[in-house]
Amino acid sequence: MPHTLLRIATAGSVDDGKSTLVGRLLHDSKAILADSLDELTRTSTERGFGGEVPALDLALLTDGLRAEREQGITIDVAYRYFSTDTRSYILADCPGHVQYTRNTVTGASTADVAVVLVDARNGVLEQTRRHLGVLALLRVPQVVVAVNKMDLIDWDEQQFSAIVADIEALANQLGLARIHTIPLSALGGQNVVEPGAQSPWYEGPTLLGLLEAIEPSEHVQEHLPRLDVQYVIRPQGALAPGLDAEAYRDFRGYAGTLAGGTLNVGDNVSLLSNGRPAQSQIAGIHTVNGPAASAEAGEAIVLELADEIDIARGDTIVAGALPEPSKELSAEVCVLAERTLRSGDRVLIKHGTKVTQAKISGIEHVLDVLDYSTRPAESLQLNDLGRLSVRTASALAAEAYASSRTGGSFLLIDPVDGTTLAAGFVQDRHVAA
Amino acid sequence: MTAQTLAPTRAERSVLDALEAESIHIIREVLAEHEKPALLFSGGKDSVVVLHLLAKAVAPARVPIPVVHVDTGHNFGEVIAFRDAAVERYGLNLVVGSVQDYIDDGRLSERADGTRNLLQTRVLLDTIEAHGFDVLFGGARRDEDKARAKERILSLRDEFGGWDPRNQRPEVWNLYNGRHEPGWHVRAFPISNWTEADIWAYIEREEIQLPPIYFAHARQVFERDGMLRAVTPVSQPTEDEPVTIRRVRYRTVGDASCTGAVASEADTIEKVRAELALSTLTERGATRADDRISSAAMEDRKKEGYF
Repeated sequence: MPHTLLRIATAGSVDDGKSTLVGRLLHDSKAILADSLDELTRTSTERGFGGEVPALDLALLTDGLRAEREQGITIDVAYRYFSTDTRSYILADCPGHVQYTRNTVTGASTADVAVVLVDARNGVLEQTRRHLGVLALLRVPQVVVAVNKMDLIDWDEQQFSAIVADIEALANQLGLARIHTIPLSALGGQNVVEPGAQSPWYEGPTLLGLLEAIEPSEHVQEHLPRLDVQYVIRPQGALAPGLDAEAYRDFRGYAGTLAGGTLNVGDNVSLLSNGRPAQSQIAGIHTVNGPAASAEAGEAIVLELADEIDIARGDTIVAGALPEPSKELSAEVCVLAERTLRSGDRVLIKHGTKVTQAKISGIEHVLDVLDYSTRPAESLQLNDLGRLSVRTASALAAEAYASSRTGGSFLLIDPVDGTTLAAGFVQDRHVAA
Repeated sequence: MTAQTLAPTRAERSVLDALEAESIHIIREVLAEHEKPALLFSGGKDSVVVLHLLAKAVAPARVPIPVVHVDTGHNFGEVIAFRDAAVERYGLNLVVGSVQDYIDDGRLSERADGTRNLLQTRVLLDTIEAHGFDVLFGGARRDEDKARAKERILSLRDEFGGWDPRNQRPEVWNLYNGRHEPGWHVRAFPISNWTEADIWAYIEREEIQLPPIYFAHARQVFERDGMLRAVTPVSQPTEDEPVTIRRVRYRTVGDASCTGAVASEADTIEKVRAELALSTLTERGATRADDRISSAAMEDRKKEGYF
């Protein structure tokens, strides 16, 4: 097995013991080096953590900025790194209190696994529903619910089972297929990295054991080999030193990251060039290691095509049938800025590598995160999840988010100051007749 | 077509492959969406890796942007020589902002402790403004420091170069948004998600050249604040600090007046990687006096426009 990368996002509030859990993961997986540990020990002692029995305040490991320490809050997503013999982990630690939706969306949009914290004494709260709702919308492939502070309910199996039942009911409602629940104590370290003797009735893995075993999977099934052109490479007159100018005299390559599937030299491709569909064939593939016969999902590549077609940044190349270009989208959105979105607002939309002008043509509804029902709305505010429709100036090769994360995601941007207003998930396209 | 050899495809992508692809994606987005990018290049291993990735992102074209070096005047000679050789090798334009010039003409004055790291910020911001750069690539990594752990890959700077951690843009999927108001600029950190170990593994795999001070060599040193400091014109021992000749190497390259060496026998990349696997100190904790000033040292400098 090669060493693989797993991206995790943690969601929960300080009150759930999230910082302690992340600190425990880092500490027990030996990711903390001696000088950081010294600082931790010193600060824990200074603050009298543990009272009579001095202990390490593991939450300090994830304490970030001075403004946060002074106010005892977490402002922004923090990224942590640790590795085991089998995996390297990128952990996006998303605070729950301030800007919770913005933070969860930022941290979890690229995650393979999300870990949601629940305080065993409180069970499922509004915040848990909100977090699970956002994770379902993002289609994070795997969700782990860490039921923390089990020590404070004496590792009571019945109470844990009741929480599991609540979580499973929510998961069903949201269509979260792969959800795991683990009873643990971050403070004591039981079932985080090491199993705890206090829960003989629990036969599942520890949190780290589960993370080690989970298959890193694509967020959503990417059906089509799809390349959104980032950058056109024409080296004429500006060739890298040491290359033969004659060999690259007519070189014209389309650089981008391949989403989904495999592309081979010789494959027929469809493309959307400046809003118009066209056909061609792959004449050459250049990976980061040089010319290749094929490329796979996730690789940053450069394509050469057999035909001279006018292709620019923002155009899309796919193997197979091109998603029908459309100028009208219906989408779920998370509002990420302190602005109000209303019908008629003029915005920019960034979809793949294409940025085009757009207009919000209607607000359909807002989601109630308590019972996941929808109600009609005139506008959407910061942290709202809702549905709207957008009309775009240029046609987009959009796909439903359910079938392609790359083809189905977009940002709405304020055209004046550049603020990211919302993250969008395409539900449906209206194809012009 | 110019295909001579065909690279193997990998059934399962390694950590380095995934990080490399992410970084190149970011670099291409930033190059395409900005008017006047530049790369902050110190000759340090992280900026060397970013330059290598930039070259890969645009191959077979030449790296299309200049490199900017803020020279404190206290740099190791070996690093300056390396910088100049790299500029030559990649066919780049070099823009130097000289802290010494600012001191000579009185725009900046030397600090009592002699360190010039804090003086770099003014020179950096003036250089950005003079050249009209709207985005600067940098080699900062999130595993380096608490403040960096919270910084976005595309990080906005106001007209004073300041970073506002409370007002960062959400960064969703791989859709980056570097749009900004006039007078502002962006710092782009394509290797945000790499760790020190990843950097060294990649340097080994790609056979990337580094300044020689990263590898064990004999040097006159003295001990100060638990660190080994080289004897240089800007870093002189006091009477109580005996000078010895030791085998040392540097884990970071910075201002010679405040960057410490570590005792080491690691004179090859493989040995450096083996040594790091056993190290019990963080990179900055081990070797950077400037980061020890307070646990919020980096946060404060970033807010003022530092790298």
